Amino acid sequence: MSRKRNPKIPPFLSPIQSGMPQVLGKPHFFFLAPALLILAGVTLYPLFYVLWLSLHRRLIIFNISKFVGLENYGFLLRDERFWNALYNTVYFTGASVFLELTLGLGAAVLLNRAFKGKGIMRSIILIPWVIPTVVSARMWEWMYNPDYGILNYLFEANINWLGSPFWALNAAVFMDVWKTTPFVALLLMAGLQTIPVDLYQAARVDGASNWYIFKRITLPLLKPMILIVLIFRTLDAFRVFDAIYVLTGGGPANTTETLSIYAYKTLFQTLQFGYGSAIAVTVFFSVAIITIFYVKLLRRERE
Amino acid sequence: MRRLGFYIILVIVGLYCLGPFLWQFITSLKPAAELTTLPPLLPQSPTNENYVSIFKDHPFFRIIANSIVVATSTTVLSLVIGSLAAFALAKLEVKRKGLILAFILSVSMFPPIVTVSPLYIIIRALGMRDTLLALIITYTTFSLPLTIWVLTSFFRDIPHEIYLASRVDGCTAFQSFYKIILPLSTPGLFATAILVFIFSWNEFLFALTFTSTVASRTIPVGIALFPGVHEVPWGEIAAASVVVTIPIIILAFAFQRRIIEGLTAGAIKG
Repeated sequence: MSRKRNPKIPPFLSPIQSGMPQVLGKPHFFFLAPALLILAGVTLYPLFYVLWLSLHRRLIIFNISKFVGLENYGFLLRDERFWNALYNTVYFTGASVFLELTLGLGAAVLLNRAFKGKGIMRSIILIPWVIPTVVSARMWEWMYNPDYGILNYLFEANINWLGSPFWALNAAVFMDVWKTTPFVALLLMAGLQTIPVDLYQAARVDGASNWYIFKRITLPLLKPMILIVLIFRTLDAFRVFDAIYVLTGGGPANTTETLSIYAYKTLFQTLQFGYGSAIAVTVFFSVAIITIFYVKLLRRERE
Repeated sequence: MRRLGFYIILVIVGLYCLGPFLWQFITSLKPAAELTTLPPLLPQSPTNENYVSIFKDHPFFRIIANSIVVATSTTVLSLVIGSLAAFALAKLEVKRKGLILAFILSVSMFPPIVTVSPLYIIIRALGMRDTLLALIITYTTFSLPLTIWVLTSFFRDIPHEIYLASRVDGCTAFQSFYKIILPLSTPGLFATAILVFIFSWNEFLFALTFTSTVASRTIPVGIALFPGVHEVPWGEIAAASVVVTIPIIILAFAFQRRIIEGLTAGAIKG
């Protein structure tokens, strides 16, 4: 935007504006090189390395490293534990993102007005999001405690939250919803601020109901922001590791084991670097596919 | 009436956000015997024994110091490297700018689990296992996309004419970077610094993988692997949680506006 030809700039400067500066030298390399080098070294190179590893049978402790082609991936297809982890990951992602978006949207719409103490309220809303994930997992683990947990006490229930296959994954979803709904709400609130107030006033003058206004003004105008939030949340949820790893360790009976946790355990507990890498690579490609899908949606939205 | 309803909603939202942390705080004040009785909710004989124990019986000083070193170094490094790159992307004529930005953004989509096994092998080969440096380098890399993205958007908001004027007046690109552009974007630098600091303070996967002793253990690992003899020491875990969360909460309260600015700048431009 700021690059556009500005009539206020005297004409003798215009070559600098249009083409940019042969005159001024080309120091770009100096500015960009450190960032690009470290990004290439610590992310791109490991990415190729992990693809290479996933084609090997590699057991570090026995010093075994053998090229096996796509064998690991073939085994993956027949590995029930892998499909179970994939199911858990998809369920966790779908359920938590859906709840976070609905609750976050509700909270954003409700809080999108001027009131006393709004700044403090926004800080309070930030807290679940800034608390370290590990700490929040420990907090919820204690609240979920079947005997001395406050949740069973408050709801006068007797639920074995983290011990029962049915509840455990949902318990992880609830924790994630608690932690990241605020993030969703804050971003959507920022999005709401960009909707012109006169649109609402005009609609009210025309006698539109709240629901109609929400459906016809808020939602369509907020859609790009909703999509952005969806990208962030879906990718984060799909990669989930710390939250569940600390809360349940993947148990009971692998019912909360996600792809990242399965990959981690295969890599660092059973020390199968080849097979673990193959699982990790599937996470990478899933995330890439999700990203491409969303970016296409977003592009269409912007056109 | 409507007003009252609104304030009830505020209280509910507030309790929802703060409740779990408050409960953790209450738990941290309870002596061991009271942990296993509910009700009463509040501690009958509040104690600081959990707080004393995490520093006396557990190496929490060391763990917190490690985290401070890692988070601060990461923040400084990412800001230096990231602002240089963001300056080039925002103000200089760079070939294939779109491609570079797309590459940087795609790195932020990388699932950490993908790079953890190769990085572990590399770090082991370099003899850098269990060092803070390994964490700092890794965290800097993973913070760079966010840093560059947010700072590029802040730098772009500075009128291009200001940059051009400084160049015409004889500044080199680097001089106009640190004499003109950087001072003008202090709020952006600040917002980014807080986000990077929080990220490095909270990161778990790499910290768990790369560290093996107290020499380089950071807070999240310390809390996840909190040792218990027979049962989980909930009181001490609660105390440790409170201690490490309070700095972050202070940051959230002090710089709420900046944090949200940084988050939205990162999101919208993405």
